[in-house]
Amino acid sequence: MEKRVTFNDRLLPYLLLAPQMVITLVFFFWPSAQAMYQSLVTEDAFGGNTKFVWFQNFAGLLSDPNYYDSVRLTVMFSALVSAIGLAISLLLAVMADRVIRGSSVYKAILVWPYAVAPAVAGVLFGFLFNPSVGIVAWLLQHVGIEFNYVINGNQALLLIVFASVWSQVSYNFLFFLAGLQSIPKSLIEAAAIDGAGPGRRFWDIAFPLLSPTGFFLLVINVIYSFVGTFGVVASLTQGGPGQATNILVYKVFNDGFRGQDLGGSSAQSVILIIALVLLTIIQFRFIERRVHY
Amino acid sequence: MVENRPWLTAFSHFVLVIGVIVIAFPLWMTFVASTHDQTTMLQSPIPLWPGSHMLENYRLVLTEGYNNRPGSVPLYITLTNSMVMALGVALGKIAISIIAAFAIVYFRFPFRMAFFWAIFVTLMLPVEVRIVPTYGVVANLGMLDSYPGLIIPLIASATATFLFRQFFLSVPDELAEAARVDGASPMRFFWDILLPMSRTSIAALFVIQFIYGWNQYLWPLLITTKESFYTVVMTVSRQANVVDTVPAWNLLMAMAMLAMLPPVLVVVFMQRQFVRGLVETEK
Repeated sequence: MEKRVTFNDRLLPYLLLAPQMVITLVFFFWPSAQAMYQSLVTEDAFGGNTKFVWFQNFAGLLSDPNYYDSVRLTVMFSALVSAIGLAISLLLAVMADRVIRGSSVYKAILVWPYAVAPAVAGVLFGFLFNPSVGIVAWLLQHVGIEFNYVINGNQALLLIVFASVWSQVSYNFLFFLAGLQSIPKSLIEAAAIDGAGPGRRFWDIAFPLLSPTGFFLLVINVIYSFVGTFGVVASLTQGGPGQATNILVYKVFNDGFRGQDLGGSSAQSVILIIALVLLTIIQFRFIERRVHY
Repeated sequence: MVENRPWLTAFSHFVLVIGVIVIAFPLWMTFVASTHDQTTMLQSPIPLWPGSHMLENYRLVLTEGYNNRPGSVPLYITLTNSMVMALGVALGKIAISIIAAFAIVYFRFPFRMAFFWAIFVTLMLPVEVRIVPTYGVVANLGMLDSYPGLIIPLIASATATFLFRQFFLSVPDELAEAARVDGASPMRFFWDILLPMSRTSIAALFVIQFIYGWNQYLWPLLITTKESFYTVVMTVSRQANVVDTVPAWNLLMAMAMLAMLPPVLVVVFMQRQFVRGLVETEK
């Protein structure tokens, strides 16, 4: 889309763009180029001898079983967070769309988690499930489940899934609710007159019309679980126990800052960047199509 | 409502109440824990109802921090830092992106689309994935342990520019035409017409970006080494990971409450702008 009416000025538009462009160049393009460069060199621990090694860092990464473990873990984590998060928020949105009385109260409470930083959400869940004082861990123990995320890898993974879903529920809920409320009431009424019950109306009308929203949210949730959950992991498990929760974005940080493996960390960054770019392209292609829909 | 189905409505309320309880429970337990003394919070099961030590816990963390050991900071300092950072990120983003969008929409000039795409690609790369080199750049510029270092690298974002671009494209052409006929300069048009018209978009964006800035975790963690620049979210997370022989859950949870309070208040009291901002910036 273009404006028909524009202003003429030779210098002004560049001046207006300058602040954003300078910041983008310095803090965005320059570091990204550095990441690309660093992924192709090795450096000794003191930053002294830099050697250009082409794709050796990538080769090293791709022959490292730890890296594949992290990839598998991230895919599973991402699938769990997206599936559970989307299912719960769709259910809540459908219910909130149905009720008239009290819906604003429900909505006002369901949006709270959005305001809570993932890192703080991690702290809260660590408290609830703390093996010695956590109230939920205590309850679980009383029904015969020994919950100790500090030593049990699967339980640690489950816990970061819970905390991440909790963090993201508000966002999904608001988008699903907006999607449901934009469905024309006449369609629903026509189906009701034809004798379709609430379940049938949901699956045959609301659900297909919600699919663009659902797809959009799926991509956003996958990106969120790849990147946005960093704070949850850092606060709760720090990748452990062992490697049980060492998802890719945490591994980039851990190898780069703790392990001082700049080349390997940069190579991981580059791979993660490519994955995110692909996801974003999918998302935008889809939104483009939705406009004509 | 299309038809009256009392059972289904009751079921909906039931599901929603369960949902609200699950969502609110972590927050409730945090509040409860922040109102007891340390010994109460070390005996399992911990109480489910608030105690009587609320004021003293909050006073302690605000003025002295978690404990007297190095690395523990009074929360009034970290809360101030978070406020500066959140406001800086929100206002900075709005300021640079509204003028950039103005240039892209209302002018024709060489390389316009190149600029547009250069901004567009930044959408794809959150700071978490290019963290090591970005840290290097900021360190080279001598911006570690400073407010500009906390704020400036985070204010280049495509979302805000796109939101304003979308909005400007929906502004009727007649307004710009009238301004031109009357001999108004482009900046005059921007200040007197476009900016006042953008009020609601600005408010919506402000809410989202304030929360974004307040909730930053990784960035402040990396670039601050001096306690006087710590932000509250990273302080809470750091403190939670310090292994204590006798953890003071009451104080930690009081800190978590204070870290959540400002963004939660913003969401609750500016709910309309918040929902609008959320749904529109992501489109």
